Amino acid sequence: MKLSLHVWRQAGPNDTGRMEQITATDITEDMSFLEMLDKVNEDLINEGKEPIAFDHDCREGICGMCSLMINGVAHGPESGTTTCQLHMRSFRDGDAIYIEPWRSRAFPVIRDLMVDRGSFDRVMQAGGYISVNTGNAQDANSLPIKKADADAAFDAAACIGCGACVASCPNGSAMLFVAAKVSHLGHLPQGQPERSKRVQDMVAAMDAEGFGACSNHYECEAVCPKEIPADTIARMNRDLLKASLCD
Amino acid sequence: MKLDSKIPAGPIQEKWTQHRFNMKLVNPANKRKFRVIVVGSGLAGGAAAATLGELGYNVDCFCFQDSARRAHSIAAQGGINAAKNYPNDGDSIWRLFYDTVKGGDYRAREANVYRLAEISNSIIDTCVAQGVPFAREYGGLLDNRSFGGAQVSRTFYARGQTGQQLLIGAYQALSRQIAKGTVTMHTRTELQDIVVVDGHARGIITRNLVTGELKRHAADAVLLCTGGYGNVFYLSTNAMGSNVTAAVKAWKKGAGFANPCFTQIHPTCIPVSSDHQSKLTLMSESLRNDGRVWVPKKAGDTRPASEIPEDERDYYLERRYPSFGNLVPRDVASRAAKERCDAGFGVGPTGLAVYLDFADAIKRLGEDAVRARYGNLFHMYQKITADNPYKVPMKIFPAVHYTMGGLWVDYELQTTVPGLFALGECNFSDHGANRLGASALMQGLADGYFVAPYTVGHYLAQHGSMDASGKVTTDHPAFAEAEAALQDRIDSLMAIQGKQSVESFHKRLGKIMWDECGMARNKAGLESAITAIQELRKEFWADVRIPGSKQGCNPEIDKAGRVADFLEFGELMCRDALMREESCGGHFREEHQTEEGEAKRDDDGFAFAGVWEYQGDDTEPTLHKEDLEFEHVKLTTRSYK
Ligand SMILES: Cc1cc2nc3c(=O)[nH]c(=O)nc-3n(C[C@H](O)[C@H](O)[C@H](O)COP(=O)(O)OP(=O)(O)OC[C@H]3O[C@@H](n4cnc5c(N)ncnc54)[C@H](O)[C@@H]3O)c2cc1C
Ligand code: SF4
Ligand code: FES
Repeated sequence: MKLSLHVWRQAGPNDTGRMEQITATDITEDMSFLEMLDKVNEDLINEGKEPIAFDHDCREGICGMCSLMINGVAHGPESGTTTCQLHMRSFRDGDAIYIEPWRSRAFPVIRDLMVDRGSFDRVMQAGGYISVNTGNAQDANSLPIKKADADAAFDAAACIGCGACVASCPNGSAMLFVAAKVSHLGHLPQGQPERSKRVQDMVAAMDAEGFGACSNHYECEAVCPKEIPADTIARMNRDLLKASLCD
Repeated sequence: MKLDSKIPAGPIQEKWTQHRFNMKLVNPANKRKFRVIVVGSGLAGGAAAATLGELGYNVDCFCFQDSARRAHSIAAQGGINAAKNYPNDGDSIWRLFYDTVKGGDYRAREANVYRLAEISNSIIDTCVAQGVPFAREYGGLLDNRSFGGAQVSRTFYARGQTGQQLLIGAYQALSRQIAKGTVTMHTRTELQDIVVVDGHARGIITRNLVTGELKRHAADAVLLCTGGYGNVFYLSTNAMGSNVTAAVKAWKKGAGFANPCFTQIHPTCIPVSSDHQSKLTLMSESLRNDGRVWVPKKAGDTRPASEIPEDERDYYLERRYPSFGNLVPRDVASRAAKERCDAGFGVGPTGLAVYLDFADAIKRLGEDAVRARYGNLFHMYQKITADNPYKVPMKIFPAVHYTMGGLWVDYELQTTVPGLFALGECNFSDHGANRLGASALMQGLADGYFVAPYTVGHYLAQHGSMDASGKVTTDHPAFAEAEAALQDRIDSLMAIQGKQSVESFHKRLGKIMWDECGMARNKAGLESAITAIQELRKEFWADVRIPGSKQGCNPEIDKAGRVADFLEFGELMCRDALMREESCGGHFREEHQTEEGEAKRDDDGFAFAGVWEYQGDDTEPTLHKEDLEFEHVKLTTRSYK
């Protein structure tokens, strides 16, 4: 396959950046999208040019490090798929592909397609945990948990912290990400003591980081590679309301 | 180099309890005066940093990814072992200990393995308390599954994402400490050297991957939790950034490197499809619980699987190993697949694959039950191969997965450099020559949550740099020297401006390693590999091309540093494989096999950990031996027949 790539190039945080046209040649269907970029980079290096910087690590759809807006869609055209798990068989010979970084106030660009998602970590630090020290635990089976609750907790805990939800939201809201954590811990008995405080603190931190508000566009749900449903947000809003009433 | 394993005296069941009591404690008010560096935020590093923070130490934690949550532990799928015996199927601490020593082909230290088995239960308790959503049964209690190399069900799991859930647990604990100010997290920051002052590890030099800036960090102790070195093979199930840099730097600063040739080749991965492949994807071993491995009985049979009748299929694991069948340990399963493919029975376009078939399980349990167990794995398989494993058997082939070798550590997880500790996959650890499934997560968390927090305290109580001479600071000349050497190295790399990319060198190294130091090894091959690596290294330093500048973000420099270290390390692995004239666990020397092709161990000659001491760039390293004594598990030929 031969493809016409239009790639965002930005030398550093202070550069204004621009789209650059690059032709990708000898691309095969079984390559992953990132392997396609590897090939393009190898060619750029051989031509004495600078390769395209992008984030990635596990290439298995689990670490959450890869990103990319591909033709305007976070993680590209396949639903429930991270960029690293997207394969070139989803494209045709001659296609034009637009590749851009996550764009959001809370995710500044570092270089080309790499962004800084440190804001996610800081939101987690505000309360995305259960306050228990190592070594204080009772026997694991002394606390039975309904299978349905454990499964629901797991579904929310599957979030990989990639930031696609933010990147695709017209408001740059991080509600799905935050709701996933609130819901993970809120479904478990261990998470109850801090339930109100957690949701309030995390939402406050999210606001402080410059993420926008949620106005029910549901773009997040559509792009989330782990298919975290938007009703997770409704659940969080109920928790938030309850917490504010009890205060 | 003196190898003092510091195994405590007394009965094996009491060693750890007694040792914990004997170790010195640090007064609570003094803890915050000690600074501890933890390099790595995976299960080992994340757990250690969080726990040390909880105890009140001042911790600096580093990772090269953009968040602590992305360490490669996140990718572990299958599960974590513990001797809870919840299923009441006869498990015990003793059995987990026994299985691990045996599974490791008798090349691990008994006392460490016993401690690991002993701690395993507390890990599950801790993780549940943190909110790790393990799989449960309808009664609300925890569910277990079985894994290769064991005849009991002792594996706890969270669908096919156990590593993710355990790491998120550790990350949450770490986040809590960061918020409290006990831990400072340094993301996108890579360790580049270790600073040793008066024989003790007193700090590190890092490179900021965003700005390119080099920085000095002083501390009272340094913990390396930097994961495995499987990427020396280029293609492996590790993450793209996984590297051996920290371990190699430690080695060069005087830490012994143990058993570097012990690598685990995992039997069930998605086969390589083309030259452009950048990594290999594991299909969890748990699949072998319900999947049956087979190849056609006729060599070169090109019919699709569905057209090959039952009696023309060779379920070779069930045939060769009737008592363990598809659940034989990894090394055995991998070699059996290689044997079939080498003999011409392999399937798929390259002939380098075997089938893993779920038809029987789907018939027995129904598609929904199979989906509930393995849904995400099937999904991932389909994404990558475009085949539907509910309808056609998976094609799988062995791939490099885990490294049992690593920095030599004593019972306290301290390397031969005082104050320098190694945890998790980065140490040579408890798995001997072969790791059983679901035991790495257990070991990483045991080291991080339950062992290092005590043993590091013991070290600090005696040797923390708070003596009369005052604290070592980054103004010490040893820091300036290490930083200058590093700056030189980066400048030399940038000055080469040759013609070949970093990646192309990495691929060539990987091919040498896979061909000569992979699933089967022999003397001539290893000798040729050593020469080939030396030449490749020279070529790298003469002809590598690194575009861009050393200031700012430049991923090509990051890669170049890692590949340069792999190029040195690959040679050490081959030397170790050459030295070890026996077959054991994942190390298979073709010269040492039975007539049936099973590994032939040599306990008289090789019941030791081979520990290498660095002697200089152009000098051969020297070998030291830690003799392994087996008082509790009788050395027998490992049989899974
Ligand atoms: C695909 C896959 C599946 C697996 N499945 C299982 C399983 O089901 N059960 C099981 O028990 N085991 C499994 N394993 C093995 C297990 O996951 C690993 O052995 C274990 O998680 C390693 O943990 P760790 O903390 O030692 O290292 P890692 O999790 O790899 O963490 C390494 C850390 O070190 C940091 N680091 C590395 N180098 C540097 C440097 N130079 N400077 C700064 N930071 C650095 C990284 O950023 C990272 O934070 C699996 C492994 C893989 C690859
Ligand atoms: S909620 Fe989904 S899209 Fe958002 S960070 Fe988590 S996994 Fe990514
Ligand atoms: S690289 Fe890890 S999720 Fe894509």
